[in-house]
Amino acid sequence: MKSTLSLLALSISLTAVLTACVTINIYFPAAAAEKAADKIIDEVWQLKDGVAMPANKAPEKTTEKVIDPPAK
Amino acid sequence: MFRENNMQKIIFSLLLLLSLFNSRWVNAAADLDVNTPAISAIKSSMQNRHAQLAGHYASGAIGLTKDGLIAVRDATALPLKDRQGINALVAAENSDRNALYKEVAAGNGHPEWQGEVRNIFAGRWIDKAQSGWYFEQDGGWAKK
Repeated sequence: MKSTLSLLALSISLTAVLTACVTINIYFPAAAAEKAADKIIDEVWQLKDGVAMPANKAPEKTTEKVIDPPAK
Repeated sequence: MFRENNMQKIIFSLLLLLSLFNSRWVNAAADLDVNTPAISAIKSSMQNRHAQLAGHYASGAIGLTKDGLIAVRDATALPLKDRQGINALVAAENSDRNALYKEVAAGNGHPEWQGEVRNIFAGRWIDKAQSGWYFEQDGGWAKK
């Protein structure tokens, strides 16, 4: 009887924790959204050297060295 | 007694499994997915347009609005050849931006987040703007 009670208590508390997790997911994740925004803006405005930059540099100036970019 | 004990173990491990699954799910929600095909398409369209817009941000002809869009601020700052096309350019950019906010929210299973996504973006566009660019404040345009 006692063990059944403690099991019941355990399930109730676990359920409470689980519900809390689900609740978190419903709220807007502002920090994650900022991270996502930064990533997209960096790519659209090409603020960081990376994937987007070299593609746009394609029309090279003749004064630039034609050697491959230095190893990073 | 033995039976009851076994039953307990089974229930307990089931609950444990469930909580593990759940915590993984919550962790996955800690990042927003911005690599959906729709978002990638909008991003590359905006990236291409930025080459045309960059000069106009710098001259002050267009500015960043507080609702995450752009607007013509001073058409006289535009070279004559660009004056006619500017409205279409701004409209195209704004339609991409609206679609982007919508897709970020919907792509993560919460279309109702669109407004909040827009607000976050509005702040970040302005934070990342180059100095000399104009952005909208409560009192009007301000120069960064």
